[in-house]
Amino acid sequence: MSNEEKNVQKLVEVNGLKQYFPVKSGFGKTIPLKAVDGVSFDIMPGETLGLVGESGCGKTTVGRSILRLYEPTAGEVRYNGELITKKNMAEYRKEMQMVFQDPYSSLNPRMTVEDIIGEPLDVHKLYTSKGERRDKILHLMELVGLNAEHATRYAHEFSGGQRQRIGIARALAVDPKFIVCDEPVSALDVSIQAQVINMFEELQEKLGVAYLFIAHDLLVVHHISNRIAVMYLGKIVEIADADELNDNPMHPYTQSLLSAVPIPDPKIAKAKKRIVLEGDVPSPLKMPSGCAFRTRCKYATERCAQECPNLVDRGNGHKVACFNK
Amino acid sequence: MSEIDKMPKKAPFSMQIDLSKFEKATEEEKKQQDVMSESTTFLKDSMRKLFKNPLAVFSIVVLVCIILLIVIAPKVVPYGYSEMLQVNGVRDKTAQNLAPMTYSENELAYMEETGEKLFPHIFGTDELCRDYFIRVVYGTRVSLSVGLFASIIVLIIGVLYGSISGYAGGKTDLIMMRVVDIIYSLPDMLVMILLSVVLKEVMPDMPGVLGKLGSNMIAIFMVFGLLYWVGMARLIRGQILSVKENEYVLAARTIGAKPGRIIRRHILPNCLSVIIITTALQIPSAIFTESFLSFIGLGVQAPMPSLGSLANAARGGLNSYPYKLLFPALMICLIVLALNLLGDGLRDALDPKLRK
Repeated sequence: MSNEEKNVQKLVEVNGLKQYFPVKSGFGKTIPLKAVDGVSFDIMPGETLGLVGESGCGKTTVGRSILRLYEPTAGEVRYNGELITKKNMAEYRKEMQMVFQDPYSSLNPRMTVEDIIGEPLDVHKLYTSKGERRDKILHLMELVGLNAEHATRYAHEFSGGQRQRIGIARALAVDPKFIVCDEPVSALDVSIQAQVINMFEELQEKLGVAYLFIAHDLLVVHHISNRIAVMYLGKIVEIADADELNDNPMHPYTQSLLSAVPIPDPKIAKAKKRIVLEGDVPSPLKMPSGCAFRTRCKYATERCAQECPNLVDRGNGHKVACFNK
Repeated sequence: MSEIDKMPKKAPFSMQIDLSKFEKATEEEKKQQDVMSESTTFLKDSMRKLFKNPLAVFSIVVLVCIILLIVIAPKVVPYGYSEMLQVNGVRDKTAQNLAPMTYSENELAYMEETGEKLFPHIFGTDELCRDYFIRVVYGTRVSLSVGLFASIIVLIIGVLYGSISGYAGGKTDLIMMRVVDIIYSLPDMLVMILLSVVLKEVMPDMPGVLGKLGSNMIAIFMVFGLLYWVGMARLIRGQILSVKENEYVLAARTIGAKPGRIIRRHILPNCLSVIIITTALQIPSAIFTESFLSFIGLGVQAPMPSLGSLANAARGGLNSYPYKLLFPALMICLIVLALNLLGDGLRDALDPKLRK
C-alpha cells in the first residue's frame, strides 16, 4: 500500500467480528450457531462495499452487528478509528444508519410518512421549531423523489418502491456518513430495483455517504459497488475490486456464484459453462472442520479438512481464502 | 409539427400498437390521475370504516338504546326496584304476578275513583308485587356495570403484566408465564364460592353500593382481578412478542430511540386493536359469568336484581308466567350479541391490513 493511500482514514473498520446465537438442543443444553465467524473488512469514506452470499450465510447479521442491533460475541468495530462499544453507540447512531430489506414491515403502519421520517429528528432533537422539522422532512422527501403531498399519508397507501424511498429518507434524516443497505432492492420488482439503485448512486454522489450494500444478486452488487466481498457460512471467502472479482474470480465458490449469473444474450449464455455445486450448504450448527466450503469443493484436499484458510492478499487488494486456487 | 407527428410510425405489418392513434396527455389531465386520498388520522380512518359496517352500527345503536334506557327509565318510572306496589298509601296485595301492560284490581278501582292515570306495568309484576320492568332495568344496570368493571380490571392487570413479560423476554418472561400457568390451573368457580363465603364472614356490612351488591359481587370482582386477567396477559404478551420482531422496531433502535419511546410509539399502538377487541369481548363473558352465578344463587344480594337472578327467580313459575324469563333472557341476548358484533366490527376496522 502506498503512503498516499495510508493517509486516507478508513471510515469503518471491522476486525474479527463474531456473532454466535445460542440454540437450544434438548434439555438445558445450548450450542452456538455461528452466524458470523470472524469477519474483517474496512470501508473508505464515500465507498460502496458489496456483500454477497446465499441465504443464511450471515450477510444480514454482519450488517446488524456493525450497528449493534446485536451484541457481538467477539471482534471490534471502529468508526473513524474510534472503537465502538455498547455505551458510546448512542452517539454513533447519528453517523451510521440502515435501510431494511422488507419495505412492508420496516415502516410502522400506525404512523404517517411525516412522522416516520421525522422520528430520527425527534430522537436526536435536530430541530428548534415545528416549521424547521417540517422543512427538513420535505427536503428529505424531495431528495428521495417523494411529493410533499405524500407527507400526511400512511405507509400502507404506497407501493413497495415508494415505501423503500421512505425508509431511505428516514435513514438519511440524521445525515449519516455510512449506511448499511440490507438487501434494499430484493423485495422490489426489477424495474423498480433499477430506480432505487440509481437513487442510491445519486445520493452517494450528492452526500458522499459510504454503503455496505448487502445483496444476493451479483449483477446488482457489481453495478453499484466499488469492492465486493463474498461470504460463505459466516466467513468472507473472497474480497476484491468489483471488476477484478467479476473478471478474475479465484475462490471456487465465487466462480460457481458468477457462473450462475444469467446473461441476457442467449448465444453467450449457451457457450458459458455453469459450475453446479454438489450437495447442500452444511448446517451452521454442524460446521465442517477446516475450510467450511470443502464439502462442496472439487479442489478439496486433506489440508482443507484440517486447517482453515485465511484471507491472503494476491495483489491489488484481491484477497482470497483458499489453499488451492 | 405537433406532438403526435413526432411519435414513431407503425410498421405496415407489425402487430405493434399504432402510437399515432394516441394523444399525449396534457398537464391538466395528468393532474387528474393523481387521485388524492384525504389525509386522516388513524383513529378517524378506523371509525369511518366501523360506521360503514352495518352490523357494527346496529350493535352500537342497540347498546346506546340500552344505556339510555337504564339511565333514563329509573327517573321516569315512578316505581322502585325493591318497592312493593302501593295504592293510595296502602299496600296493593292484588298486584301479584300481573301480565304485561295490565293493572291490578285496586289500581283499576283507584283510577276509576280519582280519574288519575297510573303508570303502566310494562313487563307486569312479580310474585312480591314489584314492578317487573324497573327490576329488569336495574338488573341490566347491574349486569352491564359488572361486565364493564370486570373487563377494566382484566384490561389493566392483563396489559401491564403481559407487556412487561413480552417486552422483557428471556428469564423474566419465563418466570412470569409460569405464574400465569399456575393461576390458569386454579378452578375459578371454587375460588369464587370460597371467597364469597369468606367475605360474608369477614365483612358482613359494607357501606354504599358495595353493600347493596353484596359479598358475592365483590367475590366476582376479586376473582376477575385474581384469575381472569391471565387470558388477556397471554394475549398481550404474544402480540408484543410478534410486534417486537417487526423491522420497524429494529429501525427505531437503529435511529437510537429509547425503549420507552419504542413501546409507546411503536409497540403499543400496534397492539391496540387486539387490546380493544379483547376488552369488548370480555364484557359479554363477564356478564355471562355474573348471570350464571346469580342463576345458581351466588350472585347479587336480594333485593338487588341482576339479569341472571331474575331469570333464576322466573324459573319457578315458568308454565304460568313465561314472559318473566323472556324479558331478562332477551336483555342478556341483546347485550351479548351487540357487544360481540361490535367487537368483530372493531377488529375489522382496526386492522390496517384489512383496510382498503
